[in-house]
Amino acid sequence: MLLAEITNKGLAALTYGLGAIGPGIGIGYLVGQAVQAMARQPEAAGMVRTTMFLGIAFVEALALIGFVVFFLAGA
Amino acid sequence: MTTAAARPSVLTSRDLGPAPERQVARDILRNGLFALPVALLIGFIGWGTSGLGSVGFAAGLILANFWLAAVLLGWAARISLGLLMGVSLFGFLIRIGLISVAVLAVRDQAWVEPVPLGVTLVVAHLGLLFWETRFVSASLAFPGLKPTTSEES
Repeated sequence: MLLAEITNKGLAALTYGLGAIGPGIGIGYLVGQAVQAMARQPEAAGMVRTTMFLGIAFVEALALIGFVVFFLAGA
Repeated sequence: MTTAAARPSVLTSRDLGPAPERQVARDILRNGLFALPVALLIGFIGWGTSGLGSVGFAAGLILANFWLAAVLLGWAARISLGLLMGVSLFGFLIRIGLISVAVLAVRDQAWVEPVPLGVTLVVAHLGLLFWETRFVSASLAFPGLKPTTSEES
């Protein structure tokens, strides 16, 4: 059976790939809203960009955690 | 009266102001360099020289990741907001890919310990972010709470 042939390493890689989808959606939504905010209030662009940068980094942490779990499970 | 055709599009407009990302990344780098000796010491005590190498490598990756993100976003915002959106998403993919390739390339080396390497990646990233967020939230969202020097007060 195909599922029985999946190794732990393959499962970890698959899970990491699935786990990276969420942060991708999150960053897309976050940046879209930030660009909208910058277009509406150009004078607040500096603050929006700062919070956007930190938001991207926070969302990216999720993907990083997924990678670390994959790395530790596959090691 | 401006017509809809004459108005610049949201995607083609750009932000020519100063790049706050670089300032944030510079702060993160400075904080990271302050905390690095402590992390290296913990790695050395826990796992010996391989722990030292793994913690140093992971911390370097995280700091380089922050710096690259700031440079890419600052560059894209000066060109157009549309490019900023593209660079944000594809920059995320590229940077995660670079981290993955860098870690997978060294994982079989004798000086690499998986646990301190992985833990440092996550803890350094989140720790530096929380540290920086504390300062940014106190200085941008609530400017009155910005820390002042003794000369200013």
